[in-house]
Amino acid sequence: MNSRLNRLGVDIGGTFTDVVLEVGDTLFSTKVLTTYAAPEDAIIDGMHQVLLKAGVGAESVGQIIHGTTLATNALIERRGAKTVLITTQGFRDVIEMRTESRFEQYDLNLELPEPLLPRQRRLTLKERINAAGEVLIPLAEADVEALARTIETAGYESVAVGLLHSYANPEHERLVREVLQRRIPGVMVSLSSEVSPQMREYERFNTVVANAYIKPLMKSYLGRLEGRLQSEGIDCPVFLMHSGGGIISLESAAEFPVRLVESGPAGGAVFAANIAARYGLEKVLSFDMGGTTAKICLIKNHTPKTSRVFEVARTYRFKKGSGMPISIPVIDMVEIGAGGGSLAHVDALNQIRVGPESAGSEPGPACYGRGGESAAVTDADLILGKLDPDNFAGGSIQLHKDASGDALTRTIGDVLSMDQQTAAFGLSEVVDENMANAARVHAVENGEDLAEYTMIAFGGAAPLHAGRLCEKLGINRLLVPPGAGVGSAIGFLRAPFSFEANRSVYMRLSDFNPTTITQLLNELQHEATGFVRTCDANAEILSEFKAYMRYSGQGWEIPVVLSAEHALNPDVAVFQQRFEEDYAALFGRTVDGMDIEITVWAVNATTSAHDVEPAETAQESGDASVQSRRSLFDPALGKELDASVVLRNGMQPGQVVTGPAAISEDETTIILPASRKAVMQPDGCVDIQPIQ
Amino acid sequence: MQTMTNVANQVMWNRLISVVEEQAQALVRTAFSTSVREAGDLSAGVYDTSGQMLAQAVTGTPGHVNAMADAVAHFIRRIGQDNILEGDGYITNDPWEGTGHLHDITVVSPSFLDGRFVGFFACTAHIVDIGGRGFGADANSVYEEGLYIPIMKFADKGEVDKTLVNIVRGNVREPDQLIGDIYALATCNEIGHRRLIEMMREFKLSSLDSIATFILDNSRRATIEKIAALPASSAEGELRIDGYSNPVDLRVKLSIHTDHIECDFDGTSGLDKKGINVPLVYTKAYACYALKCAIAPEIPNNAASLEPFRVIAPENSIVNALHPAPVALRHVIGHMIPDTVYNALDKLLPHTVPAEGAGCLCNFQVSVRPRTDEPAPEGTVRSEVLTFNSGGAGARPQFDGLNATAFPSGVMTMPVEATENVGPVLIWRKELRPDSGGAGQYRGGLGQYMEVGVVEGHEFDFQAMFDRVDHPAQGRKGGAAGAATTIEQDDGTPMKGKGKQFVPHGRKVMLSFPGGAGYGSPAKRDKHSVKRDLLRGYISADIARSAYDLTDADIREVNAAIERGEDI
Repeated sequence: MNSRLNRLGVDIGGTFTDVVLEVGDTLFSTKVLTTYAAPEDAIIDGMHQVLLKAGVGAESVGQIIHGTTLATNALIERRGAKTVLITTQGFRDVIEMRTESRFEQYDLNLELPEPLLPRQRRLTLKERINAAGEVLIPLAEADVEALARTIETAGYESVAVGLLHSYANPEHERLVREVLQRRIPGVMVSLSSEVSPQMREYERFNTVVANAYIKPLMKSYLGRLEGRLQSEGIDCPVFLMHSGGGIISLESAAEFPVRLVESGPAGGAVFAANIAARYGLEKVLSFDMGGTTAKICLIKNHTPKTSRVFEVARTYRFKKGSGMPISIPVIDMVEIGAGGGSLAHVDALNQIRVGPESAGSEPGPACYGRGGESAAVTDADLILGKLDPDNFAGGSIQLHKDASGDALTRTIGDVLSMDQQTAAFGLSEVVDENMANAARVHAVENGEDLAEYTMIAFGGAAPLHAGRLCEKLGINRLLVPPGAGVGSAIGFLRAPFSFEANRSVYMRLSDFNPTTITQLLNELQHEATGFVRTCDANAEILSEFKAYMRYSGQGWEIPVVLSAEHALNPDVAVFQQRFEEDYAALFGRTVDGMDIEITVWAVNATTSAHDVEPAETAQESGDASVQSRRSLFDPALGKELDASVVLRNGMQPGQVVTGPAAISEDETTIILPASRKAVMQPDGCVDIQPIQ
Repeated sequence: MQTMTNVANQVMWNRLISVVEEQAQALVRTAFSTSVREAGDLSAGVYDTSGQMLAQAVTGTPGHVNAMADAVAHFIRRIGQDNILEGDGYITNDPWEGTGHLHDITVVSPSFLDGRFVGFFACTAHIVDIGGRGFGADANSVYEEGLYIPIMKFADKGEVDKTLVNIVRGNVREPDQLIGDIYALATCNEIGHRRLIEMMREFKLSSLDSIATFILDNSRRATIEKIAALPASSAEGELRIDGYSNPVDLRVKLSIHTDHIECDFDGTSGLDKKGINVPLVYTKAYACYALKCAIAPEIPNNAASLEPFRVIAPENSIVNALHPAPVALRHVIGHMIPDTVYNALDKLLPHTVPAEGAGCLCNFQVSVRPRTDEPAPEGTVRSEVLTFNSGGAGARPQFDGLNATAFPSGVMTMPVEATENVGPVLIWRKELRPDSGGAGQYRGGLGQYMEVGVVEGHEFDFQAMFDRVDHPAQGRKGGAAGAATTIEQDDGTPMKGKGKQFVPHGRKVMLSFPGGAGYGSPAKRDKHSVKRDLLRGYISADIARSAYDLTDADIREVNAAIERGEDI
């Protein structure tokens, strides 16, 4: 094998930077602390560690795939550039007025999140384009020149341009850029018609503002990273994971940094999708639980479900509507404030509540013995026997059971007259129920029945809770893959090069225009494959065509996938048939006699997925050796049971562990309820199913 | 084992709240009316067999809060206990036994587990058209406002009543849409039912009695604890608003007792001749919503948490309109009830409630048609376009009022780009209205400007549904009033705040929606906030000088910061 083909996956997270090196079929991984001031330092440090572990040199790295939370954090912490928005006269306040509603109905002191740009940083131009893309008021170049002087005087570094109906006609936005670049050399300009060419001004304007806001920062970081790598003797191409689960070039990432938002979690979903493919699983629920949040994603036919809009920087208990909407192709995930560090309290209704407040890593849960006073999820896990106080994080942190007990008594037991164990049980059930509810609602929103799904669990806290979650959701099979602690970085190495181009062009089937469709889809295909071609000059590029359709009068479109032949030779009968098939599958029945409309068109270009080797399934071959026994509380039975403790490293393929049991490793512990048994697979996955 | 049951009950209560949220979500996904799917004007809930509401989804409409809690009992009475069968679905749009006007359709479905009747699901949605004169203020009685569907079976043991469907289809402007919405309502109850049955099997329940007791006891206790902590006294509040042709006075006497609060609307104006009257269920909903926000915001809505808030009003006052009063725009008056209640509550609970705000939503409907004064060009069409918009909210005791944000309603606005895709309408302006927030230590929320026209070759009727034209929001503790609503054509032709009005070819409607009022004396506003408001253009230099005593030097400093693109 050509050693130049070694690939490096790098995920910069909020606390840790994960680095994974793939040499042949073997993965070498490490975690180093994220270095906020110069994030590239942690990458270089981690890279040297894995190169050393693998015994190969820097020059052997043939490709780097990188995902980062830096873009997300810059938006959350408002650490972006001095940015200005140029918009249509009469619409200066779109990003401030939002949907004109309150995301929390009963809070009289509700504060809405401030827009990224305050009002004085939003300038307007006299111009107007209508919904059909026709110019109603032409844009005068002299007006743009006058704005250019204002922008130059103020010293803005980055300009977002968001004009009404620019998704239908980008002419005016392009003219603004042309004049600005002529008058202010070096100024960075982002156009809403390029960043997010979709109808609905609030989402589009907010997305272009977010892009402009983080562009100088991300461009500078990516430039420095490239330089540092070169000085370390690495001149291979660097690619970025984007929020839609594909990979784009460094240049594209620097131009559209908003597409990097949530790229880490997207990597996790790709990681799970790859396992789903290896095991031939058509329907998978990925469950990623860390210290502060849990993320849930539906994966069908080995492809994570995607969406066109999501929210970042939620300011109010992860509540829908409390963040800012970003409309870009994105892997559709539900994130809730439930992690190992999530804190519990009892409310006025004598109900136990958990999260989203988190103990973080300092002071951490009470059991860390660093001054944490309130009970966290980890404290309940410890009291219930899910964790071994002497072997947490490979024994590097000693856990204090008495501190957990005291915290549970203080936080819950004293208020509800419960003993420590019942309080721990209550806390644990509430957090599991919160996650189960989020999964149920997400499934319903997508017309899915979770009973047909397999769960794939990763992230430090997920294996502790996944078994119980499966019981609650009626999910039979659960896989816990190896390398679950660095899942996102592994996922980066499994992602194809891909780019989705989309545009809002409204069309009713009663007013079907094949010529327009063919032309539009050809343009989108050209745009999408063009991006992918910059990443890989030779690979075969596949295109997926999608029309977002609904009955005229409905508000929610469903994505209808069309074959290339159907898409490029459009026939109204075929469009109607494909829509009705998908609609009936989602909602049970179609609605007769209603016109159907298409609102958004998308083409996703992608290199073919990396060859997936089907996983072998091991025959059951006797019990794994039990290292010790400890008592473990079983929530379904509501009592303590005597459980076996097994070391994951010591399990041979085919060996079986029967619940109640704990399968422990350095990074985490898999908890098997009494209802489940686990079989070790040849690839290191632990395969968990109900005991017959 | 008592505590184990307690944990299971905790989980089930959580689950039921999640179930009704799923039920509501399914409705949004499948509904046709813009009012449901874009604006969130809907509700959903689960009930025990006696019709007590156990959980309700938090949606955009406090107006459905009590109405939904009361509705199921009406259904049980009308349908008859012995006539409730598996596979049934019941329907009504009765303003007095449903949610206040003919435009709200309520569907109730019984839930059965292994052949045993265990509870109900109910949901309500605001539909765009129910026939009659169309959605507006101009009717003289409820008979003119559209088709009335008494409480009846929509589906009998799974069999849909085709006669009913035919009658409905024959009486409305958008029959497919309405029938589609009725099916969506039935579908969403079905989704709720499935989740409930799963839960009952998982916890091995054969009835909801024990969990109902747990939910209702805890809610009642928690609500009464909150009420008991208040001073046991009473106070009066009033609010004068525009009405249709004569001003309306809303008056309330609030009496706090140890275990309940009574709101008595004695002294409130009588019925209006036009369709802005309010059935008592809707008055109760908004009075109750206002009190819950101020007193017990974190307690979920159910029969027990709502019961301690009692509302009475004289028959055929504008807030207790009896059949056949016209009620289509009951929201215009209904949305003013929280401000009325807060005017009383402020005397009992200082530093808690906000100053008055815009109150009712600033909605309007545009009926576009080809011009009739001259031959209309080719390609001109007819179209109905409804929009929802908001003025400014009142300032709070420690915060400014929210700009252009609905209160007490919680519905969303529609994107301008989406509206212009629906029909030949052009929105030329939709942005904040500087200087409209009442001055104060905490400033009232800004209203907004809108300019509305239609595409060349069309003319239109403008259906206005506004208040606060003559009676702007009043401040609290020395705060100034918010700006009033204004409405006129772009050539200065005056227009009225309510009713259908013709707008000729080439003209636009110029709207200024009201601001919220201020809280506390403007003299106490901190200098930094005044400068920030000027910097952002929330206030003009004139107001900065006259209302807040900002010096010329300060104003120059702010202007310089704007030029440098700096924040303060």
